[in-house]
Amino acid sequence: MITDELEHLTSAGVERVRAAATLEDLRATEHELLGKKSALASFNQRLGGLDVEERKEAGRRVNEARATLQQAIDDRRATLAEAERRHRLEADRLDLTEVLPVPGRGHLHLTTQTRDELEDVFIGMGYQVAEGPEAEDDWHNFEALNMPPAHPARSMFDTLYLDVGEPESVLLRTHTSPVQIRVMQSQTPPIYVVAPGRVYRYDTPDPRHLAAFHQIEGLVVDKGITFGDLAGTIEAFTNAYFGPGTHSRLRPSYFPFTEPSAEFEVTCIFCGGDGCRVCSQTGWIELGGCGMVHPNVLRAGGIDPEEWTGFAFGFGIDRLAQMRHQVDDMRDFLVNDIRFLSQF
Amino acid sequence: MLVPLSWLKDFAPVEAETSELVDAFNELGLVVDGVSEIGAVDEGVVVARVLGTREHPGADKVQLVDVDAGGEQLQIVCGAFNFGAGDLVPLARTGTTLPGGMTIERRQVRGQWSEGMLCSASELGLSDDHSGILVLAVDAEPGVALRKALAMEPDVVFELDVTPNRPDAMSVVGVARDLAAKLGVPFRFPDVPAVPTGDSSATVVVKSKDLCPRFTAVILDGVAVGPSPAWLARRLTLAGMRPINNVVDVSNYVMLELGQPNHPYDLTRLGGSGLLVRKGKNGETVTTLDDVARAVGPEDCIICDSEGTPVGIGGVMGGANSEISDATTTVLLETAYFDPMSIARTARRLGLRTEASARFERGTDYAGIERAVARFIDLLAQVAGARPLGGLVDVRGRLPKPARPLVRTRRVNEVLGTALTGDDLRRYLEPIGFACAPARGGWRVTIPSWRPDSEAEIDVIEEVARHHGYSNIPRTVPLSPDVGRLTSHQRDRRLVREILAGAGLSEAWTGAFVAPADLEKAGLPIEAVRVTNPLDQAEPLLRPSLLPGLLHAVATNDRHQNPDVRLFEVGRVFGLPLPGEVLPTERELVAAALAGADAAEAMRVWQVLCSALKLEQVVTEAGPQAGLHPTRSARLVAAGHELGQIGEVDPDVVAAYEIDGRVGWFSVDLARVLDAPRRPAVFRPVSRFPASDIDLAFVVEDAAPAAAVESKLREGGGDTLVDVRLFDVFRGPQLGDGRRSLAYRLRFNALDHTLTDDEVGALRRRCIDAVESALPARLRA
Repeated sequence: MITDELEHLTSAGVERVRAAATLEDLRATEHELLGKKSALASFNQRLGGLDVEERKEAGRRVNEARATLQQAIDDRRATLAEAERRHRLEADRLDLTEVLPVPGRGHLHLTTQTRDELEDVFIGMGYQVAEGPEAEDDWHNFEALNMPPAHPARSMFDTLYLDVGEPESVLLRTHTSPVQIRVMQSQTPPIYVVAPGRVYRYDTPDPRHLAAFHQIEGLVVDKGITFGDLAGTIEAFTNAYFGPGTHSRLRPSYFPFTEPSAEFEVTCIFCGGDGCRVCSQTGWIELGGCGMVHPNVLRAGGIDPEEWTGFAFGFGIDRLAQMRHQVDDMRDFLVNDIRFLSQF
Repeated sequence: MLVPLSWLKDFAPVEAETSELVDAFNELGLVVDGVSEIGAVDEGVVVARVLGTREHPGADKVQLVDVDAGGEQLQIVCGAFNFGAGDLVPLARTGTTLPGGMTIERRQVRGQWSEGMLCSASELGLSDDHSGILVLAVDAEPGVALRKALAMEPDVVFELDVTPNRPDAMSVVGVARDLAAKLGVPFRFPDVPAVPTGDSSATVVVKSKDLCPRFTAVILDGVAVGPSPAWLARRLTLAGMRPINNVVDVSNYVMLELGQPNHPYDLTRLGGSGLLVRKGKNGETVTTLDDVARAVGPEDCIICDSEGTPVGIGGVMGGANSEISDATTTVLLETAYFDPMSIARTARRLGLRTEASARFERGTDYAGIERAVARFIDLLAQVAGARPLGGLVDVRGRLPKPARPLVRTRRVNEVLGTALTGDDLRRYLEPIGFACAPARGGWRVTIPSWRPDSEAEIDVIEEVARHHGYSNIPRTVPLSPDVGRLTSHQRDRRLVREILAGAGLSEAWTGAFVAPADLEKAGLPIEAVRVTNPLDQAEPLLRPSLLPGLLHAVATNDRHQNPDVRLFEVGRVFGLPLPGEVLPTERELVAAALAGADAAEAMRVWQVLCSALKLEQVVTEAGPQAGLHPTRSARLVAAGHELGQIGEVDPDVVAAYEIDGRVGWFSVDLARVLDAPRRPAVFRPVSRFPASDIDLAFVVEDAAPAAAVESKLREGGGDTLVDVRLFDVFRGPQLGDGRRSLAYRLRFNALDHTLTDDEVGALRRRCIDAVESALPARLRA
């Protein structure tokens, strides 16, 4: 009898719990089903009229019914809580692509980025970074570099002179090599430096030339430095900067401040050496000049060429950037059009 | 330098594929810029003589040409007009295929038959010249195959980029000698007869032996001037020179072959019996072959006839007055050695670079003059029937002496990183004329007279390296004993760039040269270092400020509909040298131009920079700055040093650059900024107790800067005042003119306890008193 009633009560109760639409409803239902004045509570009072065995059995069933209802309520509460949370979050939805833009990060100049990358490669190889003045005297720019006055090689550099001091005594440096002299004068070997910087030439700007541009120069002076060290260093740099699989080669050339002198070329980065339009089908791209520091240059720097030997190399930073990033016209570097600057 | 393979083969039996030769040249440092494979011209192209020209009755862009094609008269329709009756021209007969692949057929052009085609040099694949029909300067019979008439055997022409240290490689023999040594084949000079000796009727007086240390002259008589034979004209053409007549052609041929420039004069047109060599006079002018009157001076070597009339600028260019003409029968040949430095100076000053000056300024072979003279005499005898009249007059001054450096085998290997033996060195050196005599530790090497660039041991080491092959030297990497790193200055400079980029600014690179008008436009004084030879005459100054360049960049972007660009630049500016200094002053500035933003925005960006660099004691001193807005700009000062200027660009300047709106600006000296006092990175304890925030608003006279209010608040608050923040600025009629309200939020915090209300009240009072007692300010009720 009690059993039937309980079963009825339980199943009806579970139905009601399942029908609760909100947590609020559920709380009321819970009170009604399991509270002190609930039908289930009244059963406990009725148990007193039963014998021991029956009472035991009926008590167990009442507890079962209570547990069943409680379970149903807990389940329903979890379901409703999850639904409410979902509803709340849904109402909070934000389209992250509708956010109004604020001024973003700016861009470093392509030349700066290239210069920093190059510096970092050489810093990794144990080099320091040296700098020098852009307005130089004739001695540092030419004479100390084994180009005495009227030396024919001076015509290789189309020089811009300044109206300072004696005529043609002060100029805009035509290369970063005077920094070599300044470093040798101020430091004692061993010297391992690179000198990046701006240089100037009397050169009408065109897609591949600028009157002001940037070079990076390397100088090593130590005991027992050889031409083989130069070739090996160029190769190590080539691998580090352009990536494995690129190589370098040296070909005899002429610079007054190095001897033996060489031009160095690297595997064409576009075709991997197979030959393409960029490298004129040779598979190689000429990068710069290098050589063993001329004994006269070491002497000008106050270094005994019998005790120390050294090598130097140099190449154009903008030209390298132009090539790597396929910029058609180098003059774009100086226009400062934000549409150019923000590409890099 | 254009070098035909056939000419090289006269001196070295080279048998190699073209690609191998290119590699060999490159390894020698005679870099190959181009290779032209010259094919044979079809037998059907013959020499034809123009008999006459007639108008085409139906067309005016072409004409009818009657030619003698060798006993046969043909009518040709031709679109060029650069020739006339009597000229010899190339005729492609019907059935001939030209290098371009076109086959010539008999055809009608507007009703007129054309029995072949007259050809330009480019149509025959001889050169790029397509300006007209190739008029032949050779002596040939009509009907003869052109390839026979021009001695046009297939050839390969190498275009070599000769470095300025290699005068020897500006000659065919010099290139052949280097190549032969590299390929291991024998080299020989051209066979020449002995130089004539004995008296000469030519007189030579050299008054400037320092400029001209060797001068020779020889007279050749019986000269019949005329076109050169085909083989000679052909070689000159392949080497890039235009055949003129046999005398001039032989002169050029000798120069190309042996590297010795020389000059033939028409003896009868010279005043007196010979030549006089002297220095130029101040105010003197010499008219050169190109009909230009050129001002010369005492630095220049002038060649005169014996009566003192200038006939040329020595080593650079001859004069028009003694030029070889068709009537010439007697030639006086000048073959000399000029001082390289002097030629370089003269050529540079006159802006006149000739084949001769290019060789003399690098240094010609002063000991090879006899060979060149003999070669000239021999060739002119062959092609013009000339014979020497008397001997060679040879006037010498102080000539260079061959250097004889000691070349130590050990040193060679130390410099190159090789393991060569003494025998290896000799094997590389002797084939290129570097004579080796045994000496202690190596060789006493006599440098040949054709290598003036080479004088010391290191020069000889380079020759060894070239002939050993750079690619055969083992590669090693030296280990730096130092740790590579940037200096703190260099690191901070990178930081400055990154901070500014992070603040939304992009880095510009503006030009170093400015016009006086640019400075004026930017409101700056026209005080700058002047460039002696500016690239652009309008921009003769080195920039003393980054303002003109950055404003120009802003204006450029404005024109391209990007009005609000934010740019910065890290760059050097220049000023006149300080007293006692040689070099101009040079400072590295960091400048920012914020288009469409005001001075406040410039301050915000600057404060980000200060915060990143931990700059503390920077003072902003209001006051007008050149180029900047007079009432919206200030000097930035730290520890008594001016760092730079900040504010807004002067509205008039902005307008002058045609920029719309305001431009926020600052420019600081990077070195001074990085040297300014910085907050040490030392830990300061933070309180574990809650802080108390209070707000204070003051009505402050405009004369008192907010910075002064803040400074007084800090003074009043002492150590317990941990933060002061200006959060509102208000101006309004209720405050009256010339005043504004400044509202601050102050945070008080003690390290060791929670501040009581009483304590906070007392601090508040002290702050108010500090401000009100020192400044024209009162607490806003």
